[in-house]
Formats: sequence, C-alpha cells, structure tokens
Amino acid sequence: MENTTPADDRNAPRPARRRFLREAAGVAGGAGLLALGVGLYARQASALPASALRPPGALPEADFLAACVRCGLCVRDCPYGTLKLAELGDGIATGTPYFNARSVPCEMCEDIPCVPACPTGALDRALTDIEQARMGLAVLIDQETCLNFLGLRCDVCYRVCPVIDKAITLEMSHNPRSDRHAMFLPTVHSDHCTGCGKCEQACVLPGEAAIKVLPIQLAKGSTAEHYRKGWVEREAHGRSLIGEQVELPVRGMEGQAYGDTRLRPDAAPQGAETAPYAPGGLDSGWKP
Amino acid sequence: MSAQANMSPSARAARRAAARPGAEAVEEKGWLRAHKWLLARRLSQLGILALFLAGPWFGLWIVQGNLSSSLTLDVLPLTDPFLLAQSLAAGHPPYREALLGGGIVLAFYLLVGGRVFCSWVCPVNMVTDAAAWLRRRLGLKGGKVPHAHTRHWLLAFVLVAAALTGSLAWEWVNPVSMFHRGLIFGFGLSWGVVLGIFLYDLLIAPRGWCGHVCPMGAAYGLLGRTALARVSAGGRARCDDCMDCFAVCPEPQVIRPALKAAGQDHPLILDRNCTTCGRCVDVCSKDVFRITTRFDRSES
Repeated sequence: MENTTPADDRNAPRPARRRFLREAAGVAGGAGLLALGVGLYARQASALPASALRPPGALPEADFLAACVRCGLCVRDCPYGTLKLAELGDGIATGTPYFNARSVPCEMCEDIPCVPACPTGALDRALTDIEQARMGLAVLIDQETCLNFLGLRCDVCYRVCPVIDKAITLEMSHNPRSDRHAMFLPTVHSDHCTGCGKCEQACVLPGEAAIKVLPIQLAKGSTAEHYRKGWVEREAHGRSLIGEQVELPVRGMEGQAYGDTRLRPDAAPQGAETAPYAPGGLDSGWKP
Repeated sequence: MSAQANMSPSARAARRAAARPGAEAVEEKGWLRAHKWLLARRLSQLGILALFLAGPWFGLWIVQGNLSSSLTLDVLPLTDPFLLAQSLAAGHPPYREALLGGGIVLAFYLLVGGRVFCSWVCPVNMVTDAAAWLRRRLGLKGGKVPHAHTRHWLLAFVLVAAALTGSLAWEWVNPVSMFHRGLIFGFGLSWGVVLGIFLYDLLIAPRGWCGHVCPMGAAYGLLGRTALARVSAGGRARCDDCMDCFAVCPEPQVIRPALKAAGQDHPLILDRNCTTCGRCVDVCSKDVFRITTRFDRSES
C-alpha cells in the first residue's frame, strides 16, 4: 500500500478486499469445523442401540436416517403408545421414532397406521401386511435362565406370539437332567418372526428377558452359500452328487439297512403310531 | 476516522436508548399501542404452539406432528423446506406428501417473506428475544459477534454434511427443531441446548444465534426477495434519531437504507433479512414505521 500512485482509485478497496478474504476464510473455516463436528457426531452416534427398534416398514437404518424428518406423525398414529421420539441423550438419533420391546411392544395393527402417517417414506408404504414386517428378530438369548430350558413349562413367549406356531414353536427334546422328562424349547423362526417384541415383553423373568428382539443383522448369521447341502442336492438331482458310498459292514448291525444305526429299529416311540420314526429336536412340527 | 466521528452523537443516543428502547413510545402512544406488534407476534407464536399442544394435552387433535412436518385437520400437510432440502441432500427422495407440504410452506414464505417464520412462528425467537431484553436491562456491553455470513456458510456446510454422512446430520443438534419437538414430545437433554442459546445471546454475542449463526434462519432468509409484507419507514421525515429502532431490531443493518436513504430513495425495508417483526413500529414514538406491502412506496 506504500506504493500507491495517483491512478489508484481502483487500488483503494484492496485492504477491504483483503479483510473480506481473511474474514471469509475465518468464517468458512469456523462454520466448516462446526459442521464437521456435527457430521462426525452424527456418524458416530448413528449406531442404533440394540434395544431400540424402529417402527414397522422402516427403511434400512442408513436410509432411514436420510429420510426421517423427525416429525412424530407415526408416534401420533400409534394407537398403543408404543412409539416414542428419541430425546437428546437417549443415544438414538435425536427425534427419530423407536420403541423398546421390553416396555411396550408393537401390537401389529392390521392396518399399520404408523406407516401411511409417514410423509417422507422413511416408513415404506410397500409394507401392507404386518406379518411381513421385520422390525427385528426374537432370539432366545439366555438358555441358562429360560424356564423352559430348565425343563419347566412356562411357554409364555410362545403363547403371546401373534404369529404363534410359525414365528415361535415349542420343540420337544429329551431332558438329560431328569432323564425321564421332556423339555419344550421355544424356537424362533426367522421367516415368520416380525420382531414385534410381544415375547420379550411377556417373558416372566423379573428383570431382563431371556428372549430378546435384536436387530436382524445382530441376530442372524449370513447364509453359508459356499456349502452344498448334500440332502438338498440329492433331492434336486435324484442322486447323490458324490456317487454311491462304499458300504462297510457295522458289527452287530448286519441285518439293518446301511446307515440305520438304531439299536432297536422295531420299537416305535410312544404315542407315535402315525409317524413311526419322528426325530426330536428343532422343527419337529410337534404341537402341545 | 471521519465515519466514527460522525457516528458518535448517534452512538450516544444509542446508549441512552439501549436500556429501555420504546420508553418514549409508551409515553406517547400508551403501553398497548407501543407493544401492538410484539403482542401480535407472541399471540402467533404461542397460538401455533397451542395448536400443536392441544392434541397431546387435551386430546384436541387439530395439528399433529411438529414444525418439521405436520398434518392439520387430517388433510393439510406442511413440511419444513429446510429439512426437506437436507433430506434431498442426504439422498432420499421423499413421498409426495412431504414434497407437497414443503411446496405449500415454500410458497407461503415466498409470498409473505421467509424470515416471517423467524419472528412469527419459531419458538426460539422467544428465547433469544428474552436474552436480548435481559442484555439491554443488565446493560451488558461488547461480546464477540460472529461474522454476518457465518449463517450462510453454515447453511452450505449443513447440506454438505447431509450429503457426506447420508443423514440429516444437523438435525442431531438443530436447536430450532429440537426446541419445538421438545415442547411437544419431551425434552431429554435438549433443555441444555436451548439454555446454551440463551446464554450465548446474553453473554457472548448480542443477537448472535438468530442474527448470525442459525442456518435455518439463513435458509428462510433466502426466501425473502419477493416478500409482500414489508416494513416501510414512510414517516422518516419525522425521525428524531432516538435510535430506539436500532436498539430493538434483531437485524439492525436492514433499517439504515430505508430510514436514512442510504443507497435507495424509497422508504421500504427490502432487505431479505428483515423478519417483519414490527418491533421498530412499536418502539417509535414518532410513528416513522408501518407494516405495509412492498408496493407501497408512499411517504407520510
């Protein structure tokens, strides 16, 4: 600025321009830092706690956080007071709807009023049949405290299930402790469980439930697609893909078909006239 | 230097006016007329809040939802365009309801003036007005006001943050939507954020939040170019430089062009950051200002 020449009307605004640039840089930097902080905070905190379940029809969490404007219209249309909006400090994206299955589960209304209430599509209107909802997946998470696993007959989670006998079945198996009784093990089937949380809410244990609804990605393993299931392939191809097995004799079982290792093949299980040999365990189709 | 020398008489007047702007107007016009627009605004702010609260408090479901998105009488959808813009930036195409609701709100504020939202609807306005009032009464001076364009930069970064995180990042902390939602759905720790804004405006930056930082206000400010409702300094011939209007205005920079014919010759305040709050109308004992339309350039 010392070298100003007479022809310098044009140079006059330069200090102002310089100050403006400096201020603009400062402001942009400050605002950028603030926005960066907010963005990082949002990103870090966007992991939904496992106990917080989204309403039926909610988009996958990442899409949901882009779509939900936190208006609470779904909360208003929930007739059972199930849904709440997260408050600052809840550890859930502020203002987004969720429910806690242990306190108030989803009652699975047939008309699903919360879904059409959503103005943005964060709750997907493609969901019209509540039994197709997948809010989570129930998991019998504690076999040490579950009364049925202790050999008692509680059955409450099974009885309250709105998709009873499909989403939860009771599977009979031998009780090795008494060696003369049966155990009826509540078993969840992911192709029918909607994650409504009625079972978790109803679990009779005093504090935490033995059966809990978890986010599906926590509850399920991924399918072992690189394994061929021999029995499926045999069904599909009409023969075993690895050819016939060499049949080695088994001492003491020479009279039985190859692979039949039952000691007394003629002794039918009690009360099983219709099905001479029904294996116990999961998916037996047994009803109480 | 010369500018500062020129300013000093008015600066002295500003100091006199600073503690109780409008005292003269109350004497001249009576308390009620000197608070006419303030009362109307409080009625509007509280009335809108009451419409939202009538449902959860008394079971009278006139309006459901909150300012982010709402449904009135089960037919009229309204959605905040600022939230919609964030959602679009985050990569979600919303349903028609939200777009329709956003369009209605957008059209309304384009018509009456974007920042009418700030002074007539936004609940945070009552918090920052209270901070400004207390600041004047306590005679607190100075403070560090952020640059006037902070809000515009922040608005840009809010949208960038939404695009980068793929979520409504600003809504984790947005005190405006948080306050309104808190009043209707429950606060949690949001009280702290509202208290923070109050203390920021009171102790650190006079008119800091609404006037310099809030990106939501900045977004509504962008809708102010075509505002029909405008304040006119039509009686500027009567102005006695008492500075009350400057002391009370939340965006004092908008007054000067109209009142002092600086850079324009008509008396209309056309700056898009004027919130049309009408406080200048109230506190002026000489009836210099009036709220009128943008076509009314008459002087009286």
